[in-house]
Order: sequence, then C-alpha cells, then structure tokens
Amino acid sequence: MASIQLRVNGKSVTADVDPATPLLWVLRDSLGLVGTKFGCGMALCGACTVLVDGKPIRACTTPVSGVTGQAITTIEGLAPSTEKLHPLQQAWIDHDVPQCGYCQAGQLMSASALLASNPKPTDADIDAAMAGNICRCGTYQRVRAAIHSAADTLARRKA
Amino acid sequence: MNARVNDTDMTVDETLRQLIGEMESSAVSAPFRAVKLDRRSFLKLTGLAGGGLVLGFAMGSDAVAAAGGDGAFAPNAFLRIARDGSILIYSKGPEIGQGIKTAFPLIIAEELDAKWSDVKVEQAPVNPAVFGRQSAGGSRSIPDSWDQLRRAGAVARQMLIAAAAAQWKVPAGECSASDSMVTHGKRKAAYGALASKAAALPVPDAATVKLKDRKEYRLLGKWYTGVDNRAVVTGKPLFGIDQTLPGMKIAVYQRCPATGGKVRSANLDEIRQLPGVRDAFVIEGNGKTTEIMPGVAIVADTTWAAFEARKKLRVDWDESAASKDSWKDLSKRAAELAKLPTGTTTLANIGNVDEALKGAAKTVSALYTYPFVSHAPLEPQNCTAWSHDGIVEFWSPTQTADRAIETAAGALGITPDKVKIHQTRVGGGFGRRLMNDYMCEAGAIAQKVAHPVKLVWTREQDLAHDFFRAGGFHSLTGSVDAAGKLTGWRNHFITFTHDGKAPSSGADWPANQFPGLSLPNYQLSHTLLPIRTPTGPWRAPRSCSVAWVIQSFLHELAVAAGRDHRDFLLEVMGEPRILDGGLNTGRAADVIKLACEKAGWGKTLPKGHGMGLAFHFSHAGHIAEVAEVSVDENKRIRLHRVVVAGDIGPIVNMSGANNQCEGAVVDGFSTMMGLEITMENGLIEQTNFHQYPLLRIGSHPKVEVHFIQSDNPPTGVGEPALPPVAPAIANAIFAACGHRVRTLPLTKEGFTV
Ligand code: FES
Ligand code: FES
Repeated sequence: MASIQLRVNGKSVTADVDPATPLLWVLRDSLGLVGTKFGCGMALCGACTVLVDGKPIRACTTPVSGVTGQAITTIEGLAPSTEKLHPLQQAWIDHDVPQCGYCQAGQLMSASALLASNPKPTDADIDAAMAGNICRCGTYQRVRAAIHSAADTLARRKA
Repeated sequence: MNARVNDTDMTVDETLRQLIGEMESSAVSAPFRAVKLDRRSFLKLTGLAGGGLVLGFAMGSDAVAAAGGDGAFAPNAFLRIARDGSILIYSKGPEIGQGIKTAFPLIIAEELDAKWSDVKVEQAPVNPAVFGRQSAGGSRSIPDSWDQLRRAGAVARQMLIAAAAAQWKVPAGECSASDSMVTHGKRKAAYGALASKAAALPVPDAATVKLKDRKEYRLLGKWYTGVDNRAVVTGKPLFGIDQTLPGMKIAVYQRCPATGGKVRSANLDEIRQLPGVRDAFVIEGNGKTTEIMPGVAIVADTTWAAFEARKKLRVDWDESAASKDSWKDLSKRAAELAKLPTGTTTLANIGNVDEALKGAAKTVSALYTYPFVSHAPLEPQNCTAWSHDGIVEFWSPTQTADRAIETAAGALGITPDKVKIHQTRVGGGFGRRLMNDYMCEAGAIAQKVAHPVKLVWTREQDLAHDFFRAGGFHSLTGSVDAAGKLTGWRNHFITFTHDGKAPSSGADWPANQFPGLSLPNYQLSHTLLPIRTPTGPWRAPRSCSVAWVIQSFLHELAVAAGRDHRDFLLEVMGEPRILDGGLNTGRAADVIKLACEKAGWGKTLPKGHGMGLAFHFSHAGHIAEVAEVSVDENKRIRLHRVVVAGDIGPIVNMSGANNQCEGAVVDGFSTMMGLEITMENGLIEQTNFHQYPLLRIGSHPKVEVHFIQSDNPPTGVGEPALPPVAPAIANAIFAACGHRVRTLPLTKEGFTV
C-alpha cells in the first residue's frame, strides 16, 4: 500500500492503494468515480477509456503509479460545468446515441481526444480514433453522426 | 463425447425452455386492474419499495391521506401529478438498452394527454403484484404492457377531466385534454391545478375507460431521446456494477470451468492472507447453472484485490460429473449424421417430399453449420446483495426482476417475502440476464458475511459461464419444378439435447415455422446430440440462427430455378393469410416489397458488389432486409448498406425503434462475421474479446430503417430485426462473388472484414 497523489478532473486527490492497481479500480473503488467502466480488463474494449494529459488511455491496464502528477480526465470531468455539457455530450443526447449506455463513457472520452487534436474529422478519422471502443449494442452509426455534429458545433463557436 | 445425461441439467434446461416459451407467448399479461389499496397495504407497498422512492404514492383517496395529503394526484402506481404540474411516471420494467424506460412512459403520457416535457421518469420498485410483468425478454415489453399502460394513463385523464368538469359545472363530455391541460371552450385548467380535486374522485374501472384511436396520437411515433441520456453521458452511477453501499466489500466467485465440477479443496488459508482479502469460503450451491453452482468465494476490500486473489486461487476440482463436451467431436458426429436424409424424430411431414424431389426439374442439397455464440453484454455479470434484518436485499442488473424474487428465494432457502430487489440499469441483456445465476451467487455470499457485497465477474468468467446460443447443423434438400416453382423441402436438423428427449433451450425448430406451412411438400426431422454446456435464449432465440439457414437456402433454390429472389420469395409467401404461429403472409409481402424498393433492388451495381434479400417473422414482427456488400479478391468483405423494412404495428418511439434496428444489423453482422464459442473437454476456449472479436466501428454499414405503421398490435423490434441480417448479407456475398456461405462464422470460409 502507498499513498498515491493524483490529479483527477482538476482536483488533487489521494488514494491509499497498491501502486500496481490499475487506474480503473482506483477511480471506481477508491475515488467513487464509477462513470469509467470495466468491460474486459485487457485493453480490448475501451469501456475504461480516460484521458491522461489529453491522451486517451485504457485505465484497466494502466497502473496508477504511472499516472501520478499527470492530468486525468474522466467522464465525470468532461463537461465544463454541471450546467454546461461538452458539445459531444449534447450531441450524444440529441442523436440519442445510447442503447444500454455502458460503453458510452469510453466512447465519449475517445471522441473528445479526437476532436481536441482534429476538429474536423472525416469518417475514416473517426473510425481510426474510435477503433478501440466496442459498442456491443451497435450504436456506431450514431456515434459517427454525433461526433460530426459536435465538430460542427465547435466550429460554429470558433467562427 | 459425453453422452451422459445429468438430472440437474435436465431440470434447468426445462426451466429455460419454459422461459423462452413464456417470453414469446402472445398471451397478454394479467389485465390492468385499478389498484385500490387500503392504508395498510399502501404502507406495505411503500415499505417494500424502499421509503422515499414512492413516498407520496397515492392509491385512491385513502392513500392520499396516507401520503401526507400533499395534494398530489396518483390514481394508480404508474403516475403521480404534483400540484406544480410535474408528472412523475414510473417505468416498470428493466432498461437493458431496448429503450423501455422512455417507451413505457410515452405510452402512459399519450393516453394521459400529458406534455412530454412535464414528465419525469423513475424506475418502478419491483412489485409484480402491483405492476404486473417486470421482465424484458422476447420483445414482449411493448405488446404485453401496451393495454395496461394505456389504461393507466387513460384512467388519470378521465379523472382530471371529471375534476375540471365538476369545477366548471359542465358535462365531462364537453371537455377535452391535451398538453397537460383540460379545456372547455375558452376555459383551460392545468393538470397541476386539478390534481388535488382529481385525487378526491373515485378511480374508474380501468377496463372501461376510453382509449384513443391511433389517429388521435400526439406523442407516439415521433423521435424521442432517452430519458436517461444525460445521466449516461455524464457518467452517473446507473448500472448494477456502479452500486455502492456503506461498508460494502467486493466479491469474486470461482466456479469450475467445466460445467458440473465440484470443489474438493482449495488453498483458502493462503487466499485469506492476501492483501485486501477479508474472507474466502466454499459454497456448495444447488448444482443448478441458473442458480448456484459449486465454487469458491473471495471477499475483499476492492475489486482489484479480489481479482488478484482469484488469480492465486488453486482449486482441486472434482470433475467426475463435469462436462466433457468437445465441439470438434460434436461437429464430426454431426457431419456423419448429416449424410442421413432424415433424423430420428420427424416433426413435420407435409405432402410427399420424396416424390417431389424425384419429379423435380432441379434439386439442391446443402449442409449449413453455425456455431455456439455468447451473449457477451459489455457490462459483465454482477450483483450487489446485502443480508440484513432477516431479508436479502439486491441491487441487480437483471432482465427478469419479477421472476428473480422466486428464483433467489428458492436458491437461498428463504421465502419470497424476504427477498427485496432494486432494478438497476442493465449494461446489455441479449437474453443473458433472463437468468439470475450471478444474483443467486451474490445472495449466497451475502448470507455468509455481515456487510453488503458486490459480486463482480471478470470478462473471462462472463464468457466461460454463459447460456450460449446453441450451434447447429441443417442438412437440406430442396426442389424446383420446370416452371421454377419451389416444390419440396427436406431438412434434417442436427441439434442438441440436455435431457435426451427434447432439444436444448433455444436449439429447437418448430414444425410450424416458415417455410413449413407454405409448401406443398415439406419434411422436418431432427437428431439430438447430448451436451452439458448450458444453452439458452439469445436475441431472437432459434430465429437468430435458423433464419440464416432458411433464407439462404431459399436463395439457393431461387438461383437454381433461375428466378429473381424477390419474386421467388413473394411466390412462396403466396396469398395474404395468417399462418399458424402468426406469420401474416400479406404483411410479409409488403415489407419484402418495401425493402426492395428502398434498396433499389435490381439496379446495376458497381463491379464486385452484390445485393441480398431476406425476410423473417419472429416475435410478432415482420421484417425484410436488403444488404449491399462488396467482396475483393482477398475475400475481404465490405458491408455498405442495409435497408430494414418492418411492420411491428404502431411505433412508440421512432428513435428507439430505429436504434434497435441499427443495433440488430451490427449484432447480426458481428456475429456472422467472426464470433464462435468452442469447447474442448468441457472448457470454453474463448477467454476475452481478442478471441471473441465483436465488430468495431470501421466495419459498420449505413443502416436505413423504414416502418409500415399498421393498426396491428404493437411489438418490440429488439429481436425481430436481427434474424434477417445474416441471410441478407450471405445472399449479397453470393451475388457479389458467387461464393455460397454455408458455414458460420464467415472467417471459417476465409472471409475477413
Ligand atoms: S475494460 Fe479497459 S479496455 Fe476493456
Ligand atoms: S450502448 Fe450498449 S454497449 Fe454501447
């Protein structure tokens, strides 16, 4: 056990855990941030995707000791404020993307990393960036559409 | 091969078969009764439902007093209108991704004439005595609840109108309702303002209230977004796996990897010493795969500690009575049996198939093979349980919240009144969570510890301990006459059995299924191979596999006859009529024509492209689909587009219905493309998604959905949209490259995406 310092969603937090513990379980069990999901534990499904310094990573296979001092963003920290959603979250609602919804936190985190680096992605860009995220319910068509429409919203805001 | 029959497997399989029957039965659930509860039963209900959740629930005028007289109006357990005009509707069934938490309240709101933006939705407490069916399966949620929910809303509307009419001293018949408002001439009264007056009125008999005509609908059939979408996209704790309780620990449970193995001993002392581990113990279980199989429980402070401890667990299993199933051996045996034209049991014998085949202009013979597959919902099985104060309380992502009461009580040796269930959102069902084994396990572990526990399965366990969609083998011969008409069809179906008598759950093909009743000469027989591997209902049970066989073979015959597939299929459907089992050939023909028209059937396609058509009737839904694929010289498949045309009666939520069809196409393609569960010596060989490669975003096609909205009773579409997917794609592959797919998954025949 060790006392691990983390920066999660802009806040400094401490977790008393084995340093080898995957970030996923520190988020879910120690910090109560259960929005990040467990699907496979082997970096195969993307349900556990979070951002570390803006890059999407699979929290299920990332030891917590490897991300101390870096900025971790989870689905709970994606919206700029409680009233204001991220354009992707709004697009997800408007396109009625979720079926069961279980994969969607991971999908949104991957999509947010994509838009941060590529504000106007093509279908092929989306397919490449989202390839690590399985949706067992098959909401891919809407995931694509929602990413395009969030990209449009962001472009309009900049204009 | 393991040909032994196990008694417990037999009873379990029988239960599962009944479950499919029950889920598919067209019988409408118990008619809605206006629940008039006295004060005592009302308090009991609120107690059962967990305090605050239904505090203020009112059952007639007595109950308003019980609720503290806040002036709210709640004529039944489904809705409550507060004085400020806010409308709370309880969605009674499990939300598994099929959209019911939005669709159910819409049905109530339609008859209530509520403004949708006034409506807030909450999950109902589990209480089948009050709510009726609280299960999600067989696409029966909408059809079974349609009348009940419409009447729940209509009762409230009638009372609100009566309250307004009394206030204005005008006949109720002169008043109308819309947008949460009663109107008479120029006068308007909001529902909130009428709530306390309506609450004082007698509740009319729900069976007699007037329901709207479809043409009067204001809400149904439009595009609505899911009521929980905001909570989903902001990561709120909705799912079973998200539940936390004060003092809760995490449990893992290790069963014998081969079904039926028992614990001889385990290194429990060593496990108890591991960091974060609180306890470890053996659970004998009752030997039922649907309840509690023998195993070892580990209880730990965190999920990671529990998972790590499981890796160090060493169990000496007694596998003398465990499954020895081998897919290789079973396949070999089936291939031998397939050489026989008929099986051991003849299920249908219409006309004279032998004569038809003899006199045919052309005959075609083929062996179709499909594998076992897993449900693999993205949320692994889990359940939170707490044994306290003489009861066992569950927070469970189950598809059968109602049945789970009896199941859990039986497995835990307590009476059903000592079981209290909270239904959570479910991270995918597909039929897996019709069974409540993980729930019984959680309950059994909770009974041994003094605090709440959350049982979490790993992905590996989820794949190993499923109730799989059974594989199967169909040896077929069909014939066409000189005019190109289908004259005969013989199917020897080699399938599986747990009891040595009947096909395993989800592994049967009834005699009345298409095309049995549409042909002059038809023979269906089966031969049963004994297995121990559990099977069960998987999205559109039996149809999910057999529709591919039938609709592909029909296409083979159309090709042999030199006929256009669409014309051939329509000819087989014949005159509009309703066949035993519910297939309406007229509705079938309409969706086949619609799918072809929207897809541009018959148009010239780019080189290497092909279009394929399929139709299937299941779960009261008539669905036709046309797929367009291209195949390159390396057998790489690109699925470009799938057009879905369906008649499922009136649509409740257009977005939800479309989403189900889009998902069904992905699921159908994903499963046929590369998914296969195999077992050797009783062990499932696939361990995680690298060996069970669900389709990813890059392979998914454009899906277009068209509905014929009819006045036929509504049905769900989560299941019926799936069966036509695989045959439409397989037929398109043939059209594109001339390769007839007869073995699934497609990777077996050298295809890739
Ligand atoms: S849980 Fe991390 S990728 Fe699946
Ligand atoms: S919405 Fe269910 S897994 Fe994606």
